[in-house]
Parts: sequence; C-alpha cells; structure tokens
Amino acid sequence: MKNKLIPLSIFLVFIVIFIIFYKGLQNTNIYTPGTKTSFEVPSVSVKLFNSNEIVNTLEIFSSDKFYLLNIWSSWCVPCRQEHSILMELTKNDNLRVIGINYKDTKKNANNFLKELGNPYDNIIFDNKGTNAIEWGAYGVPESFLINNNKIIKKYIGPLNERSMEEIKSFIK
Amino acid sequence: MLFSVIGNYSLVLGLFFGLVLFYYSAKNFRNSEVLDTKILSFTFLQFFLVVISFLCLVLSFVVSDFSNETVFNNSHTTKPIFYKIAGTWGNHEGSLLLWLLVLTLFILIFLIRTKNQPVKYRVLTLVFQQIIIIGFFIFLIKTSNPFNHIYPIPTEGLGLNPILQDPALAIHPPILYLGYVGSSIIFSSVLAATTLNLVSKKWASHIKKWVLGSWIFLTLGILLGSIWAYYELGWGGFWFWDPVENVSLMPWLALTTLLHCILVLEKKLILTSWVIILSISTFALSMSGTFLVRSGILNSVHTFANDPERGLFILIFLFSLIFLSLFIFFFFHKTSKDNSSSFFWLSKETAIIMNNWFMMYFLSVVLIGTIYPIFLDVLSSQKISVGPPFYHTLIIPFLIPFLLIMAIGPKLKWIKSNLEDKIYLFTILVISILLSITIVKNFSSNFLINTILISSALYLFFITLRDFFSKGFKNLAQNTAHFGFSLLILSILFNSLFSSEIITNLKVGQTFENSKAKIVFESLSQKEGENYKSIIGNFIVQDSNGKMENLSPELRIYNQPNITTSEADIKTTLLSDKFIVINLVQNQEFFNVRYQVKPFMLWIWISVILISFGGLISFVKKEYEK
Repeated sequence: MKNKLIPLSIFLVFIVIFIIFYKGLQNTNIYTPGTKTSFEVPSVSVKLFNSNEIVNTLEIFSSDKFYLLNIWSSWCVPCRQEHSILMELTKNDNLRVIGINYKDTKKNANNFLKELGNPYDNIIFDNKGTNAIEWGAYGVPESFLINNNKIIKKYIGPLNERSMEEIKSFIK
Repeated sequence: MLFSVIGNYSLVLGLFFGLVLFYYSAKNFRNSEVLDTKILSFTFLQFFLVVISFLCLVLSFVVSDFSNETVFNNSHTTKPIFYKIAGTWGNHEGSLLLWLLVLTLFILIFLIRTKNQPVKYRVLTLVFQQIIIIGFFIFLIKTSNPFNHIYPIPTEGLGLNPILQDPALAIHPPILYLGYVGSSIIFSSVLAATTLNLVSKKWASHIKKWVLGSWIFLTLGILLGSIWAYYELGWGGFWFWDPVENVSLMPWLALTTLLHCILVLEKKLILTSWVIILSISTFALSMSGTFLVRSGILNSVHTFANDPERGLFILIFLFSLIFLSLFIFFFFHKTSKDNSSSFFWLSKETAIIMNNWFMMYFLSVVLIGTIYPIFLDVLSSQKISVGPPFYHTLIIPFLIPFLLIMAIGPKLKWIKSNLEDKIYLFTILVISILLSITIVKNFSSNFLINTILISSALYLFFITLRDFFSKGFKNLAQNTAHFGFSLLILSILFNSLFSSEIITNLKVGQTFENSKAKIVFESLSQKEGENYKSIIGNFIVQDSNGKMENLSPELRIYNQPNITTSEADIKTTLLSDKFIVINLVQNQEFFNVRYQVKPFMLWIWISVILISFGGLISFVKKEYEK
C-alpha cells in the first residue's frame, strides 16, 4: 500500500500543476505600461522622509483630492528646473504634491529643499529606487497626476509651463 | 514561393517517415539480432528532409520572399544579409524548425555512435525520440507552420526586432538548442534503459558523452544570452533572475547534478534513481521553458507571439511525456540494488550526494520563484513579481557549504577515505579567511556574511589552483571546471561589492561631478547605419585618479520596425568595465545618462568559458582515468 501511495501522490501533484498551467493559459494578459491610461495606485509600504514612519501608499492618497506625485532627487539637474513649477502648483488648494525622493541621501535632499523651497505635503524616502519601480517610472524626474486612487496622467521628464496649465485645467 | 512549397512538403514527408520509423522499430524490436538497415536510412532521410525544409526557410529569408508569412513578419529588404540569415531562427516558427533540425540530427548521430550497444536499447531509444520528434512535427505543421502564404504578396516586410539584431544573439539560439535538445537524447535513452533494466556502469559511460555535450552547449548558450543582455539591454547587469533566464538555469542545474551522478554511477552501481529522475527532469525542464516563454504565460523578449493554442499544445505534449516517463520509472525501475547504507561518510560519493542535494535546493528555489507568480495569479488573481532579493536571500547562505564541499570532495577517495596528509586543506582555509578579511574590512555592511562567502570561494580557488601545479594533467577536466566556478563566484561577489553607479539627466555641454567621477557631455553627433540612424553622445569621463576616458554611447533609431534602442558604450579592461548608456527623456533636450563602473566583468565571462572548457576536456578525453 505504502509503495503505491508515493507514485499516486506524485501523479496527483503533476495533475494539479497541469490544471493550474491550463487555467493560467486562459487569462494571459500582457502588461505594457504605455497602453494603460489609468491604473490604480500600487499598494506598497513606504518610508516617510521626515518621520521615518512606515505607511501604506493608499493611506497617503486616501482623500478624494487631486495628488501630484513627483519623483525627484537632489542630484537630478532637470528636477531643479521644474522645481519652480511644483512651488507654483502646490499653492493650489485642490492639489497636494507628494514627492518620492529617489536614490538620494537625506542630507543632500534637505539642502536641496532648503535652497529651492519645499513644495511637498509629504515625501516618500526611496533611497534604493525600488518604490519608483512600483509606479512604473522610467527615471527622474517624472510626475503622476492622481485622483480617487487612479493615475490620470503621467509626465515623463521635467514639468514645464504647458504641463502646469494642463494640470490646472484637470483640477478645476 | 517555390521554396515555401518545397519546405512545406518536406515537413509533411518528414512526419510521414516518423510514422514509418515507428512501424519498423516495432518490427525490429520483436525479432532481430541486428539493427534493420532500413531504420538507419529512414532516420537519415527524415533528417535530410528537415535540412531541406530549413534551407528553404533560410533561402526565403535571404531573397526576402514576402509571400511567406514568417519572412513577412520578421524581415525587411534593408536588413543586412547576416541578420536575414540569423532572422530565420529569430522568430517562433523558425526557431521551432531549428529545434526539429537538431532533434533529427541528434538521433541520427546517436544511432551511428552506438553500434556496440544492445539492439533493443537502440531501437527503443529511437522510438522514444520519435515520439518527441513527431510531437514537434505536428506542433510545427498545425500551429506554427513557417511556410504559410500571404496573398496579395506584400512589397515590404515588417522587420526583425532591433534588439535581436546582434551577433551574440544570432548564435545564442542554435547553441542553446544544442544543449536543450541534447537532453532529449538523454531522456529517450534513460527511458529505454530503464524499461530494459540496462541502467549500469557501462550505460553510464556511454551516456556520459551526451550529458557532457549538452552541458557544454547549455553553459555556452546561457553565457551568450547573458553577454547580450549586458550590453544590449542597457541595465548594466548580467543576470536579472528574469523568468526567461531562470528557465534556462533550471535545466542547467539539473544537468550539472546529473553529470555528477553519472560520474558516480560509472564507478559504482548506486544513485540509479537519481540518474533516471534527473534525466527526465532535465528534459522536462527544457520543455517547460519552451512552454513558459512561448505560450505567453510569461512576458519577455522571448515571447514571440501569443497564441493560446500553441501554449495548450505544448502543455498537453509536455505533460504526456512527463506522465509517460513517471509511469516507466515507477513500473520498471527496481530500486533493490541501491543500498544507501553502503555509503561511508567520508568518501567522494558522499560529498557528491551532499552537493547534489544543495543543487536540488537551488533548483527548487529558482523553480518556485519562477512559477509561484503564475500560481498565485491563477488561484487568487494577485500579481506579484519575484525579484533578486528573494533569490539572493535563499541561495547565498547555502553557497558557503556548497563551495567548501566542492573544494574538499575531489580530495577524497571513492568508497572510503581518511583525512591523513590533509593538513594543507586546513592551512589553505586559514589563508583564505585572512585574505578575505583584508579585502572586506573597508566595507562596513554585511561584514560577516561577505567575509565567509569570499573565504569559501577563495578556498575553492586556492585548492583547485594548487592542484594545477601538484597534480598536473590528472583530473584536469574536473579541476578546470571547479576552478572556473570559484572564479565565477569571486568575480560576481567582487562585482556586486565594488560596483558604483551614477544616474543623471544631462544636456549637451553640461557636466556632472561627484567624489567618484566627473562626466562631461561634450557633444552629439549623427551616423547612418544600413537600416538605422544613430545619435551618438560623446562623453569624457574622469575617474577619481584623474584618468580620462572617451565614451560614446549610441541611440539607434531603426527604420523597420520603428524602434529606438540604446547601445551602451563599454570600455573593458582586465580589472573593470566602464559602462555608459544614454536614453531619451521624452520631448526634452535632456538625456538620461547612466554611468557604471563594474569591476571583474571580464572575469565573469572568462570563468564561464573555463567551466565549459573543463567539460570539453572531459568530452575529448578517450578514457576516464582510474
């Protein structure tokens, strides 16, 4: 009896694997970041820049306001250039600007903010650059306009006057 | 047009001869002392027909015959002739035809090279191999025929994906396939030998050549893919634990374990169950690799087309083969002769078995990491991706005993050994530990684990190095491969410890500077290639020692299909690589610049070549020394 049990269970395991692969075949879908116009805010735990608290991203983007998520770094030259636009946008009451500090050190980042001002309501500290990947980011700078946990629009590269006007028209 | 017709009918005829071979094999199996000459001629004929079919496809590509759907989808008149030929197997249909070509070639070689083996065994191996071959014929003709017509005939093709237009990638598939398909012969042969109860020392020494051959090709195939990813994909790494890389690593791990089991079996009639199961799993893993990347269940550069019908066919075919082999294993294999109690704890075979278990562990880690996301997606529709941290945490700690056993194992004798005259083993261990402490001491993070890892790799390094001098040509094959492996681990460790990276966005004329390097973006220039235009960024990089270097990474814009690729510029020296790659930041004059210094890159490639060279030495050696 015992001798038959082993082969039988192995056969059974393979049958289960077969069924799962078979099911898997039916829901193949290809993930291409470009074609997905609105996808949801990824739910991941992140570290906050100021308090070192670990929180879930969904908590940060919880209210029904508009959010602008901006990936930046002190060593990134174009980030300097777009900073004035962020400072301008943060004045708007309907919009909260959230930063992801990408592959940076706290000291350099703080100096950067001291020099140019701090537009961010909250900053996620991503010194390893792993959180930015969750958002499907290509590099720095990059910004995402978010409403109701959905990404409405993605800006690759530094924001400029035109993208600022566009964001303003969205949040009216 | 003509080529497509010839190619198509050759395929159908090849399938027909497969069935004919079944009939003759069955006849020959029942009553014959000698192998029917008809079998040999039909096998040759089948191979010849596949060669014709393959040549027809190559010629269709060369003359850009766009009435052929495969050529239309994957070629373009402006493509250089080299890539027109390589494009033959740079797509799903053509690569399957190549697979079939190697399958039929290998069974022919097998039949020619096994004249002194029992006839029943040869015939039965042929039958199992024909099951695989016929399966592939049907798959090819039914779901992925490379000779489909299109009417009206288009004047221009769609072109080959530019990232595949690369010399390393042109030879990567054929080499890898030689390894994969070699494992099919091992599979058929082990099934035949199990059925006839022939798994013996004699069988082991005959199948060893096939195991070695496939192992060498598989190793080189993986190496080529890795080199390609390093300079073409622009990530500056050589291994990403991507599912597609994993599916080539899994058969490699199984095959490496099998190789060591065969070496034991050749000396002593033990481990027969290991050998049978490993032979089956090597081939099953190669096939599942095909299933995973071709069915669209996983996404990668290897996913040529997503057609659930193809996936379903391979899935059913794969599992029929697995069930067939499981049935044969449980029904015919007698385990009575193996006796695990006959092991002495301190002997070469014990060391090999211990490391086999480690290899199986590594294999299971990679297997779980690869298929767990699929299972989770099906069972709970949750999407996750398993990244390097998972593999590193689970694999790295166990590399330490693995390396130590790899160093000490070959020093032990077969059957029974003792530790007299082995003081040098201890001395070298002390030297390795001291040396690695001096290397790691400047790095505060993970001091302990890094020291232990580097010392165990150094230990293997020194022990194998000592053997080159003290033993000369004795055990040269094993020693070279193990030396290569220690060098590989050392290079990877140093590479990850001492690499540095700068990512920044620059305009022409701007300069980036930090304590490690100064990067000046000098100018932009343009160049016209045969089927692409390129923008070249000219950079001057000055490292902390003040040494200047000109680097010019490229952005290529291919005409057909219209895709931009970035070509890294890499300056390779003996000790380190300087790697720079640029990317467009959308609609901006900024370029995303990524500069990396990667020490010991060259040695990673060299050590893998050494590993396969060790296999080659063993392959060409006439007689395994006693």
